[in-house]
Amino acid sequence: MTTGPDVAGPILDGDARELAETIVRRYPDGRSALMPLLYLVQSRVGWVPQQGLREVAEILGLTTAEVEAVASFYTMLKLRPCGRYVLSVCTNPSCSLLGGRRLFERAREVLGASAEHGVTDDGLLTLEEEECMAACDKAPVAALNYVYFDRVTEEGLEAMIDGVRRGEVPEAARGGVPGDLRAVSRVLAGLGAQAEEAGAGG
Amino acid sequence: MAEFEPILTARWGDPEAPGIDRYLATGGYQGLKRALGMSPPDVIEEVKSSGLRGRGGAGFPTGLKWSFAPQDTGKPVYVVSNFDESEPGTFSNRELIERDPHQFVEGLIIASYAVRCRTAFVYCRGEFVWPATVLARAVAEAYERGYLGPKVAGSDYALDVVLHRGAGAYICGEETALLESLEGKRGQPRLRPPFPAVEGLYASPTVINNVETLSNVPHILARGAEWYASIGTEKSTGPAIYSISGKVARPGNYEAPMGTTARELIEGRAGGIAGGRRIKAWTPGGSSTPLLTADHLDTPMDFDSVSAAGSLLGTKAMIVLDDTDCVVDTARRFTGFYAHESCGKCTNCREGTWWASRILGRIESGLGRPEDIDLVDQVASNMLFRSFCALADGAASPVNSSIKFFRDEYEEHVRLGRCPLGKGGVGAAPASSAEARVRKDPDDEPRATVSVTEVLE
Repeated sequence: MTTGPDVAGPILDGDARELAETIVRRYPDGRSALMPLLYLVQSRVGWVPQQGLREVAEILGLTTAEVEAVASFYTMLKLRPCGRYVLSVCTNPSCSLLGGRRLFERAREVLGASAEHGVTDDGLLTLEEEECMAACDKAPVAALNYVYFDRVTEEGLEAMIDGVRRGEVPEAARGGVPGDLRAVSRVLAGLGAQAEEAGAGG
Repeated sequence: MAEFEPILTARWGDPEAPGIDRYLATGGYQGLKRALGMSPPDVIEEVKSSGLRGRGGAGFPTGLKWSFAPQDTGKPVYVVSNFDESEPGTFSNRELIERDPHQFVEGLIIASYAVRCRTAFVYCRGEFVWPATVLARAVAEAYERGYLGPKVAGSDYALDVVLHRGAGAYICGEETALLESLEGKRGQPRLRPPFPAVEGLYASPTVINNVETLSNVPHILARGAEWYASIGTEKSTGPAIYSISGKVARPGNYEAPMGTTARELIEGRAGGIAGGRRIKAWTPGGSSTPLLTADHLDTPMDFDSVSAAGSLLGTKAMIVLDDTDCVVDTARRFTGFYAHESCGKCTNCREGTWWASRILGRIESGLGRPEDIDLVDQVASNMLFRSFCALADGAASPVNSSIKFFRDEYEEHVRLGRCPLGKGGVGAAPASSAEARVRKDPDDEPRATVSVTEVLE
């Protein structure tokens, strides 16, 4: 039984189905492909609908429940519609000591509380309060689709948001201009590189 | 002692260093060439006699770990490198990969050769979209130049490397949870024994090493175990990268011999406390290691000395608080992290982190009762050593240690009914809404917190 948000399939057909087979062949045991295949679904849809869980289950010979049990464990697999850009702000102490908490509150003010765990009305942004992103020397850190911006000020944060809204996503500290979530999910599936894929739109 | 020359970070100033040409031009892959001229058991012996201990937190001797992987089971032996760097305050592995990925790849190949592994995996933290891109390029270059593939550096040894991305779960840095995740399952730790060396990935013998650990290995092979063991202390050999963050003038990764004092690292290398304030507290190895204070600054930063000082070297991640920072608020935020990242498998961790986080939030927001201090101390103590993995032990660290050293500050919060440092729940959430949430929430009645401690006992 499936209860989450859904779209009509097929999602992994044609070229995508071939990519899925390539991913499965990377591993001695095909089940290891479960997470990369879910990222592949996310690269096609922008999030992971129930149909994606069913198709991944079919490819791997698992039940949909087995796939959903795994997918629901991991925060980077979005089981609900998600913004094209995930804005993460770290509030763990290394960042909070230097203003990370204020930064997160500012993002919530600008985007509205519904953007946290949801998506802005224009479908562009999802806000996430992030745990330590392993860049504490650059605190406070924020990211767009997990590509990092260093020593972010409130003005810098607002510029990031404005940039996304205007379709001019700013360049990150390292790794170029963050791709949209479909493009980055493709990278996470092991099928490309950040920066080269930026703006490719999946 | 002669002045220390950087080893692991020697190429960090060079923007071309991530490319294989520059790596080869600066002595790269020489350790691998020497290793391939030796038998695998001899490579293990060399690493054993170097004294290298794992840099991922536990400090287990690396060569010994390699020797535990049995070669006679009829199953393949796997090497899995843990690049799921997520311990709060820790950022050495990220920079090691961003600035010198081939140093790591070479170490990974040598480790794989030593245990006769044919397929090695790197579990990259999901959020490391860019670092994993740098690593993927380095792996592709290593294939192109014949350092990976069917004939490693022209030898008969064949090795493939598979990069695998995580998806946002701190627990997957725990080695058995990492293996579960790599097998396409929820990242929940396994009961040990069997240990991964015997039954790890796909129930086969598996060696799991951290990125910094493997980055040391090329140097041991290229320059010899004796040279390596001459660096650092007798029981903690070699160089280490210390990640220093928080209220220091120059946060960053600093390479120094194992056993360098915290004072030299924080006050010397990182420039001391910014703005002329005084140091109040610091973590030696990330949020999972008990806090220390200004009185502990002369502690040598090696495995044994930090243990003797009552904490743990952990991942060598020093988060520094000054005298304007609130210890209660920091402990609360760390505890909130563990509550979020607990995988939920073990009851004491799942419940303990959640309740401890609630009680600390109550104290920080000014609504704490005098008995809450002992209550949360006890909730944390009841999490210790009762779980499948060490997450709950780590979660207890900031709570127990902050109460041990800063009980006055806790009592001041309760006495004043607010944060004496004016944080007042900045961090708990915005001050006003945090308070409102606490007041409205019926779960916060004392009755409920008492019942959970009864359960925990």
